[in-house]
Amino acid sequence: MQSFEYLRPTTLTEVGGMLGKMGEARPLAGGMTLIPAMKLRLAAPTALVDLSGLPELAGIKSDGKTVTIGAMTKHADVAASADVRKLIPALAALAGGIGDAQVRNRGTLGGSIANNDPSACYPAAVLGLGATVVTNRRRIAADSFFTGMFETALAPGEIVTAVAFPVPSAAAYEKFRSPASRYALVGVFVAKTTSGVRVAVTGAAPCVFRASAIEAILNEKFSAETLASLRFPADGLNSDLHGDAQYRAQLVGVLVKRAIAKLI
Amino acid sequence: MLIHFTLNAKPVAVDVAPHDLLADVVREKLGLTGTHVGCDTSQCGACVVHIDGRSVKSCSTLAVTLEGANVTTIEGLASPSGQLHPMQQAFHEQHGLQCGFCTPGMVMSAVDFATRNPNPTAAEAAAGIEGNFCRCTGYQNIVKSVIAGAAAMRAAK
Repeated sequence: MQSFEYLRPTTLTEVGGMLGKMGEARPLAGGMTLIPAMKLRLAAPTALVDLSGLPELAGIKSDGKTVTIGAMTKHADVAASADVRKLIPALAALAGGIGDAQVRNRGTLGGSIANNDPSACYPAAVLGLGATVVTNRRRIAADSFFTGMFETALAPGEIVTAVAFPVPSAAAYEKFRSPASRYALVGVFVAKTTSGVRVAVTGAAPCVFRASAIEAILNEKFSAETLASLRFPADGLNSDLHGDAQYRAQLVGVLVKRAIAKLI
Repeated sequence: MLIHFTLNAKPVAVDVAPHDLLADVVREKLGLTGTHVGCDTSQCGACVVHIDGRSVKSCSTLAVTLEGANVTTIEGLASPSGQLHPMQQAFHEQHGLQCGFCTPGMVMSAVDFATRNPNPTAAEAAAGIEGNFCRCTGYQNIVKSVIAGAAAMRAAK
């Protein structure tokens, strides 16, 4: 790995300044993606701004209607949280299924969504639940946050500080994971929310997306039978050595039905 | 940069570069070679150590981030008198190893897992060591070891 300058801010105000003034500075959260990428020289930041000295970025709060999770909260803590397990069990289960135990002990919610890996699990929950991403500058609706492959609405110097998840009446996450990487070959998050059914799909395309055709059908009638004749289009889906676009399209349909089966 | 942390219950101060990985620091700068580097891509788990009581892959952890942390490596599990940790003893008794390369990481993961799940089923034990690969494929005895080690840890409480 190429060397870099290491900075450890102790206040949020410092973070923006540190990220802004360095050329290729990157924030460091759990490092579960960034450090391997730096070892492979896919990333070569000139400075890392370590966010672990900001305790206000970690922790889980709930008022019964919304669960707000700090950006630096580790997957293992979300999976084990009594509040998350009670109010949004699908989110706790999703967090408990990311990577392996060691990744869950280091990896963070904010790091995952800011990276926006096309196969990451968390973006499906953030988009599927219609969450709000809170940054050091503003609040961003999930529908506008994920903008493309490894791309988000975050501006230079802007970091995720928390995500506010509205509590759904029911939700389920189903993934078909790559046995080697444990990333989702396809993952589907289905949520019954106050604004109707939301279905978010990760792993299938270059960026997490909402399956609006499926949402429309489920908003008419929430049952797996109504999807029986659905052929999810393969257009624009990923093809790689793990599976071609048609295979992923087929998986989307299968996983939506599995998620619905959990909710009926 | 000089960093200070607790390593196997003893304070250490070590000079590290920002890009130094914890696995390399404990092996090469601190001389503790029980932590193994297998894949070096955070998949195989041979490098697992505990940071503040939680298992992590030290090949994907920057040493510079550990100021003030409490780090335990495989060398820190046995008592100072040399008595093995109950999980190490279980791996010994159940023959939970073949070539032994993955064993330090397996044991470190198993200790963290059994602390959180003191009475695991075989399926839970297997899921608990998902982040550790045994390329001899000796998983049957490793899972038996994790269950026996968890029982011994319970009994020792």
